[in-house]
Order: sequence, then C-alpha cells, then structure tokens
Amino acid sequence: MTETVTSGQIGDPSSLAGATATTGVTVTALYKAFGDHPVLAGVDLVVPEGSITAILGPSGSGKTTLLRLLAGFTHPDQGTITIGGRLVDGPGRHLRSQARQVGYVPQEGSLFPHLDVKANIGFGLPRSQRRKRVGELLETTELTELAGRYPHQLSGGQQQRVALARALAPNPSLVLLDEPFSSLDATLRSAVRMEVTHILRRAGTTTVIVTHDQDEALSMADQVAVLRHGQVAQAGPPRYVYDRPLDADLARFVGEANLLPGTIRSGRAHTVLGPLPLIDGPAMHAEGTTVVVLIRPEQIHVGAGQTGETTGTVTGHDYHGHDALVTIDTSQHNGTPGPAISIRCVGSDALTPGATVALRAAGPVMVWPAPTNSG
Amino acid sequence: MTQLTGPESTATAYGAVGDPVGPVSLTRHIGRPRRRDRGPVGLLAAAAAVAVVVILPLVFLLVEAQGAGLSNVAHLIWRPLTRQLLWNTVRLAVVVALLCAVIGTGTAWLVERTDLPGRKVWAVLVVVPLAIPDFVVSFGWASLSTSVEGFRGAVLVMTLAIYPLVYLPVASSLRNADPAQEEVARSLGAGRLRTFWRITLGQARVAIGGGCLLVVLVLLAEYGAFEILGYQTFTTEIFTEFNSFSVNVACALSLVLVAIGLVVLAAEASSRGRGRVSRSDPMAQRVTIRHHLGPWTVPALLALTALVGLALGVPVGSAIYWWVSGAQHVLQGVSMAGAAWHTAVYSACAAALSTVMAVPVAVLAVRHDGRLRHLLERSTYLVLAVPGLVIALSLSYFSSRYADDLWYQTAPMLVVAYAIMFFPLALVGVRASVAQAPRGLEDVARSLGQGRLVVLWRVTRPLVGPGLAAAFCLVFLSAVTELTATLILVPTGVQTLATQFWRYQQNLAYGQAAPFALVMIAVAAIPSYVLGRFFDRLPARAAAP
Repeated sequence: MTETVTSGQIGDPSSLAGATATTGVTVTALYKAFGDHPVLAGVDLVVPEGSITAILGPSGSGKTTLLRLLAGFTHPDQGTITIGGRLVDGPGRHLRSQARQVGYVPQEGSLFPHLDVKANIGFGLPRSQRRKRVGELLETTELTELAGRYPHQLSGGQQQRVALARALAPNPSLVLLDEPFSSLDATLRSAVRMEVTHILRRAGTTTVIVTHDQDEALSMADQVAVLRHGQVAQAGPPRYVYDRPLDADLARFVGEANLLPGTIRSGRAHTVLGPLPLIDGPAMHAEGTTVVVLIRPEQIHVGAGQTGETTGTVTGHDYHGHDALVTIDTSQHNGTPGPAISIRCVGSDALTPGATVALRAAGPVMVWPAPTNSG
Repeated sequence: MTQLTGPESTATAYGAVGDPVGPVSLTRHIGRPRRRDRGPVGLLAAAAAVAVVVILPLVFLLVEAQGAGLSNVAHLIWRPLTRQLLWNTVRLAVVVALLCAVIGTGTAWLVERTDLPGRKVWAVLVVVPLAIPDFVVSFGWASLSTSVEGFRGAVLVMTLAIYPLVYLPVASSLRNADPAQEEVARSLGAGRLRTFWRITLGQARVAIGGGCLLVVLVLLAEYGAFEILGYQTFTTEIFTEFNSFSVNVACALSLVLVAIGLVVLAAEASSRGRGRVSRSDPMAQRVTIRHHLGPWTVPALLALTALVGLALGVPVGSAIYWWVSGAQHVLQGVSMAGAAWHTAVYSACAAALSTVMAVPVAVLAVRHDGRLRHLLERSTYLVLAVPGLVIALSLSYFSSRYADDLWYQTAPMLVVAYAIMFFPLALVGVRASVAQAPRGLEDVARSLGQGRLVVLWRVTRPLVGPGLAAAFCLVFLSAVTELTATLILVPTGVQTLATQFWRYQQNLAYGQAAPFALVMIAVAAIPSYVLGRFFDRLPARAAAP
C-alpha cells in the first residue's frame, strides 16, 4: 500500500470520457449570462451513455442553469450541447424542449396537481401506449397501489418517485434531476436516494443530477463534476474526485479534509504525522519542495503508542452515532504549531476531550505545491 | 364607487392587504432565486397597452382640466363650496373608518380567536351585508324613517354597509398569523390586555390599514347612498354639476376628489412599509388558541346579533316590507326581465373584457421581474383612487371631444367603463389564478414532449380555469350592482336593474323599487358566498406542490 498505488487503480476520468462521447451528452464551451451577471463561463462536460453524472456545486454556481440549458428551457449564449449524438444547441440551432426527449424532475417534483398518479405518469405518452407503459412504470417504482391518488395525498418520497416515473415514461435519452432530495426529511432522504438510484440503474437511462450535497453526489454517481465559478473545475469518478482533488478548495468541498504542511523528501511527503507515500507517484514532485498535504480523516487511525507516532490532545468530539469526527490538537506535543487534525473513528469512547492519543496515518496522499506567501 | 361594496369585496380586501403595493407572497417561487427576466416583448407590449387603457380616464381628466384653463379651474376649486365638501367628506371618512376598524376588528377577533358559540354561522352572517349595494342599504333605512339623514344617517348607513371591508382582511390575517407569538408574549410576562394590544393588534395592523383604505375609497366614490340621505359630498356634487351641464365645475371637483384618493392610497402604502407581518408556513399544522369568553359569551352574542340585525335585517326587511305592501303608485318602467337581461349582458361583456385585460399584466407580474413590470402593475392600481363617477365623466368628455359623441351612452362605452373600474378586482383574481400554474409545471410538460398549445390545454387551462372564472364572477357581480357610472353611461331608453330601481326610488315608488332591490341582493349575495369560500381556500392550494 505504498507507491504501488497508481492512477489506473483509482480510475482515470479520460478513460470514461473518451469511449462514449457520441451517444451520451457532450457540452462544449457553454456560456450563459443573465443581464450582466455571467452564470456559466465555458462549461465543458461529457456524460457517458447510460451513466449517472452528478453536477456538484455550491448554491449560485450555475448548476440549475446548466440543467435548464440541457432541458432546452433556456437558450445558451454560446457553446454547443449534443444529446444522444444529436446537436440540440449550437450556432444557429436550438431544439425546443418538447423535441429533445429529455426527462426532467424538478426540485419540488412539480406533479400536475389536477391529475392523479396514473395520469401524471402517462402525461407524455401517446394514448395508445399509455395503459401498458404506465402499468410497467407503476410496477418499477412500486406505486401500483397509489395509482388513483392525487399529488397532495402522497408523501414527499412518493411524489419524487412519481415525478421520476413520469420523466422515464417516454423513454427519454437523458433524465435530469434538479436537487431531487433536498425537500425531503433527512431520515427519508437516503432511502429515497437508494430507491431512485436503483430505478435509474434498471432503466439504464443517461442521467444528470444536480446537487449541493457531497454525500449524494459521491454515493449515486458514476461521475462527479464539480462546478465552480461557472466552470467544471474537475470531473471524474467519485473516488477519483475524492482522493485526487485538483486543489485544496475542491478537497474541502467534496469532503472533510486535513490540509497539513509538508515537505517532499525521498519521494514521500513528510508531515507532522510522519512520511506518507504520494498518490500520483514520486516523480511528480522535486526533492525539498514544500507542499500542502491532503489527509482525509479516515486515513488517520489511533495508534498503539509505538515510536514514530504523533501524540495529541483531543479537543472536540462530534458524535454521529455510527462514527465520530474527533478533533485533535498536535501542537503541544511536538512543540511546533500545527493545525488541528480531524480523524474519523468508530467506537471512540476513549477519545473524550482532554485525552492524549497517538496518531498514525496511512495510505497515499494528494499533495499540491504550497502557496508561496504561506497563507 | 359601488365597485368596492359588492360581493367582490372579499377579493378586494385580500387584494388590498397583499396586493396593490407588493406582490402576494404566495406567488413567489420558493427556493429558487429570481433571475432578472423582463419577459417577452409581446407580453410587455400587451401589458403596457392595458395599463394605458386603464390610466386613460385619469389622462382625459387632466386634458379636460387643461382645456378649461388652469386659472379657471383653480378659481373653481378655491370656493367655500369646496371647503364645505372637503369638510363633509373628511369627517365622514374619519368617523366611518374608525367605526369600521373597531367593529370589523372586534368581530374578527370574536370569530377567529374566541370560543364563541356558532362561529361558522357568524363568519358568514357578518360578511353578507357587504353583498347589499350601499344605495339599497340607504334606501332600506331612509324609507323607514325620515330621521335617518344627513351626517348621522350617513355614518350609520355606511358603517353598517361596509364594516366587512375591515372584517375580511383582519379575520384572514388573524387566521394566518402565528398564534405562538401570543404564547411567547404571555411567557414573557405580558398580561392578557397587553398581549392583545401589542401582539394580536400588531399582527392585524397591516390588515386593518388595508381595510380602512378600502372603506375610505368607497366613501369617496359613493353617490347613491348619500343622495338618498341628502348628504353632500364631492361625488354627489360632481354628479349634480354634471347633470346641470357645468362640465368645468364637475371637472375641477373631480380633480380634487382624485387627488384625495391618491393621497389616501399613498398614505396607506407608506404606512405599510414600516413593518411586516410574519406569517408562519401556511402548510404547518397549528392549533389556534381560542380565548375563553366565559361570562362574556352572552354579551358578545347579543352584540353580534344586534350588528347583523341592523346591517342585514333592516335593509332586507325593509325591502320585503315595501314589496309585500305593494305598489301604491304605478309608475311606467321596464319589466324586471328586460332590466335583468340588459344588466346581465353589459356585466358579462365587462367581466370578459376586464378578465382578458388582466391576463398579460398578471402573467408579467407573477412570472417576470424588472422595474418596468412593477411600474406597469402598480400604475393599474391607481384606478382604485378614481371613483366610477369620474371614470364615466372622463369617458363622456372623451367621446364629446374627440369622437363626436359617437360612443356616448352606448353599450360599448358602458362596458369599457365597467372594465376599467373593476380592473383591480379582475387583476387580483387573475393573479391568484396565474400563480396556481407555476412555470415549472409547464417546463415539465414540455420536456415530456408536448407542444405549447397542448400544454396550454392540458396543464394551464385546468389549473388556471377556476381562478379566471372567479375573476369573471367578481367583475360581473360588481357591475350588476353598479349605479353611478351606469346612470351616466347607460344607453338611452335602456334600464338596468340598478337604474330602474333608482328611478322608482327617486319617485318614491318604494313598492315598485323593492323587488329590484331584492333581486340585486339575491344576485349578489349567493355567489359572493361561494366566491368568498374560493378565495379563502387559495393560500393552501397555492402552497401545495
């Protein structure tokens, strides 16, 4: 578990992208501004056929705008969109949304309040196919018993399932989901998320889901594209984006991150937690470079007090039931001011504030050259 | 302006509370930031055209004043008569508004916040008086006793006729306000009285102000009721001057009247800005605390019985009395069926026109943003300050000046006058119904492969339809009971229900007038109850996903 970990094992985004560019979704150099306010500033994205891609970004990053452009509700200022091998937006071309065969599941579900579940699902189908196809979808989404109900008689999770079934009914070449779980209770959310993922996988439809929730993006998607300042800052398989973020900001955005100062010596990153192997191989970094080292909380374990381990004092304990995020101050024991370190641990009874612990880090780490003005 | 006194009042009241100045909260998209979106050019142009038509009477009035010569007009305004009219109008407005505020708020509190027996029945009974046209209330009282006249008579009649204009918005705001605020106040050591004064009234403040605004606007516009009571206000005087062909005087007085209306509108709008009433989530389940009346139950019931008896019993009873006691004189007049037919045709055309005109403005207001849309939408509310009489006069000036009397006293002109007068009502209804069909639903429908027209038919129509029908009914019912503008613009030789009633009443043929009064009450009261229920349900429906 040292230098043998190479990029191939973690997954290279280029392998995903290249193979299926013709049949999935391809977005190139997409620009969109509202008034003087640019929202998308050159988005490039490839969504492989049949995959689930999550667009992850903070609010205001232009996620929803990108989705509405894909759906054809608004016109891009510049750039091209290709869906299923068909150019739908480009210079002098705009295919209207009703001709795109794109299923859309808005945030609140937006079921038609005057129609029951059957009629909602069958809305986009020609009359002749309605009965058969609606029956299939009711079965797939386990809504058969609710077929005659009206939207206000459904729970939030049921409404989302109906909205998804409605979008899938006409066999679209692409399904778009706009923050589909954000209006659900936390307790309901993960269950509905699993159901929806299951339905989408079975349908095998190319899917783009927009979310600001990292867990959601990482757990559902084959590919995560992080949107920042109107551009795709990084795209790749969830593991890849999580393990190899392009910079420290992205590292923090996709999960909990310890960012420690370090130095490259003999092909390893030396930090307060000792020397650690580099995720992208030793060749990339010159000897003696000062770097920022990303160590995820789950990469750090409580040690047995052997030599070479770092000791620290527990200062915070954020209990989550299944595990806990424990904050540890390492500066006292090493004499040098170091950042507080977060670790994730299961069964952490001993780690109450004030306790002294030994820490041991494992696994290859991501590093970036340290900013010059030590900020 | 009987336009604010009919069954329509429910919606007007809602409108004034949430509407003329700021957009109703339920129409806002929740969760999605509003982008700057000025809307398509065609829509903007249509809305602008409507705004121009609605503002037209105001423009004609200014043009006419200009034509009469500014110094001449100033001279006409600066007379002792104007001061007398001003005094009459202002003291009536102040006293009636205060009484309506007290009665309306008190009644609303009893019905919404106490354990009063029979609350549901009372909630209907205290609103019904609004459905009776003011001039019919006035007729009911004045025909029974000659002592009901002048200032005191006007205060009595108008308070009883229009206190529901305060009741409705206050009841609605008490119903929607967060009752936990009262509990918090009590937990902070405030006593019952202090809690009522600081919290309950605080929650209803905007609604009370909005209700009083409507009361004052109605008083400024009222003609029939004051004519019967022999109380002189700007409106009665303008009518008299116009009938004696003193166009310049009528025009000068109209300017003053409209100016007062605008001042009242502006005052209410600025007072509203000084605080917001927070509303809790309309979907949230809440237990309303009801105060225990205990020994006060009987006095409260007696007070409400007296109120309903005076406001509803007397006018209806009086009309029935005259109807039963029969016609002593037999005056020439049109048949009931003929009058009803004309009333129905004019009102239906006006309702259709007004509803159609409201659509572009409402769509722009609900779905788009930008300074221009605010300007367009708000400018149409200015017509609230222009009494029906002034609109009628202004249109008649226009036809005599520019159209060679072409349309004067023709059906189209009467219909246009109604449509302009009742435009704010139509807008309130249409706005609420446009909000029922958020754009998201149409987006979804289009992404499911349906074309624009199909979406319009399968999604928008069923969602918006009931609201449009309600807007149509509101204007229709208001036009049925309109008197003042109708007297001026009704085609020669034609009588509507209101004008025929008026003719009989003026000739003291009470027995012949009474059935017309009863028909108007019946026409207005029953559907207004249904409409009231419709608008009551709106917030909950709109909040549903």
